[in-house]
Amino acid sequence: MATLTLDNVRKSFGATDVIHGVNIDVADGEFIVIVGPSGCGKSTLLRMVAGLEGITSGEIRIGDKRVNEAEPMERNIAMVFQNYALYPHMSVFDNMAYGLKIAKTPKDEIAARVAVAAKLLQLEPYLDRKPRELSGGQRQRVAMGRAIVRKPAVFLFDEPLSNLDAKLRVQMRLEIKQLQRELGVTSLYVTHDQVEAMTLADRMIVMNAGKADQIGKPLEVYENPQTEFVAGFIGSPATNFMPAGSVGVNVGKTVGIRPEHIQLTDSPTRLQARVAYCEALGAETLVHLRLPHGQLITVRQGGHLPLPSEGTDLWLGWHDAAMMVFGEDGKRI
Amino acid sequence: MSDQRGMVQRRGLGHWFTHLGLIIGVLFIFFPIWLAFVASTVTQPEIVRPPMPLLPGGHFIENYSKALFSGVNAPVASMMLNSLIMALGITIGKIVISLTSAFAIVYFRFPGRTVFFWLIFLTLMLPVEVRIVPTYEVIANFGMLNSYSGLIFPLIASATATFLFRQFFLTVPDELTEAARVDGASPMQFFWHILLPMSRTNIAALFVILFIYGWNQYLWPLLITTDPSMNTIVMGIKQMFPSGDDLADWPVIMATSILAMVPPVIVVISMQKLFIRGLVDSEK
Repeated sequence: MATLTLDNVRKSFGATDVIHGVNIDVADGEFIVIVGPSGCGKSTLLRMVAGLEGITSGEIRIGDKRVNEAEPMERNIAMVFQNYALYPHMSVFDNMAYGLKIAKTPKDEIAARVAVAAKLLQLEPYLDRKPRELSGGQRQRVAMGRAIVRKPAVFLFDEPLSNLDAKLRVQMRLEIKQLQRELGVTSLYVTHDQVEAMTLADRMIVMNAGKADQIGKPLEVYENPQTEFVAGFIGSPATNFMPAGSVGVNVGKTVGIRPEHIQLTDSPTRLQARVAYCEALGAETLVHLRLPHGQLITVRQGGHLPLPSEGTDLWLGWHDAAMMVFGEDGKRI
Repeated sequence: MSDQRGMVQRRGLGHWFTHLGLIIGVLFIFFPIWLAFVASTVTQPEIVRPPMPLLPGGHFIENYSKALFSGVNAPVASMMLNSLIMALGITIGKIVISLTSAFAIVYFRFPGRTVFFWLIFLTLMLPVEVRIVPTYEVIANFGMLNSYSGLIFPLIASATATFLFRQFFLTVPDELTEAARVDGASPMQFFWHILLPMSRTNIAALFVILFIYGWNQYLWPLLITTDPSMNTIVMGIKQMFPSGDDLADWPVIMATSILAMVPPVIVVISMQKLFIRGLVDSEK
């Protein structure tokens, strides 16, 4: 168990910069989720921590020890890969034990550690099976088990749930969270799924084009996004953005309002819009409206409210506090 | 029950015709081998007197033991041993060399990597026959005529096998390599523990192909083995043919031919099991 520090870490492939200086301090036992769209450099960052990619400049420290030049093995990390990367010809037991065997751990200790991990992950009946005889969720567990048995200082997860179906993903998400709590191992988790990020993270890092746009507790990030990108990326359905002038704000360039902060009324409030279509999801309803100049606005309201019929004109109202104002550079004002 | 009957009826006629066609095809191809077998069980006068016999005679043991232990120029048993050593040497050598060179080309970045790959690839276009004179010169200067090393080494490098393993290694997901690195495996440990077991289907397939290639070598052993005790069986059969006015001992020659076929058949049949198991246990 250890802290993890990234100090102005940069990465370039030839002349292209992919990571533009990232600073993170991860506390011991903390669960950090890196979230961002495809190609924002989040996986590259994780692979740099793992030692699978070189570091162009900056420093990575695990437990105060500089690891820039260390081999993955020497960094005392364990990684869970997106496609599990299980050794196809080895049994579940051997898959989990392989790292320990390489490290020349005594046989009885290997057996003991694998047994503990297998019990924790409910893999005991499958220890003799080959990976191909397992379901997706079980393979995922084996990949986790392989990480656990090594008792690493840091867990690294590279989109570990993206190959699972939706239901299993929710289940495994909970299991990962529970496991991390139980083991108390510092973890770095990469995902493009903001729900995973919101539910798993102690703190999350929202990455955009090689930069960490915002680092903070999930709810803090949600309620108080520092950039236009974060406001648009975190939250589903996405924040509505309108030109500042059109809603009577004199500073900044755009104003963002979350769908749940807009109320629909018949009586005049701020803006008038025509209902384009409604998505009733049961507990809530998403109403999509079109402003006079054509922009679509999404409003989230409780499922108990009556469905507005398509084509009716309604008024959009919100509190001043709900407005998030962003400047020319996309930063929060 | 009704279901089953339905299935039989549906398959019925076409099924039988397919089998009939295949059986005729097999008989057609098998007939010359059968004739060789018949010829190896009768006496010399029976062969040369028309019509040729179509059923085996009673001299099986006599002809085969004559072939195995005395032969015409050299006993077939020793020729078979020579062939076996050469074929196994070529096969194992080729597999070892091509596995390691493919491993180097795919997994290591070293100066001239692509140059080396293309050099290997180029040799695909140079069969043994093209370079046979210079190769002979080299082997003769090394004093390797009439030796196993002379039989094996010139044929041991294989561009085809290297290329095959390269293509296979390229299909192995990068994550597996990375997982092994995170687990702390050195490159050679990765090779032994992960890459090699994963390639065993390919190795089995290549073993069959290369063993038959090695066993059937004719021109090269013919050139460099002048000593009958170093003859291989495939060239040995040709050496048994009479020169000048000698009488050909056809039953013994045919027995030798049949014997020459046995090891490749054994290899194909035994490796086929592994090969098919490998195919069924597809593991990607």
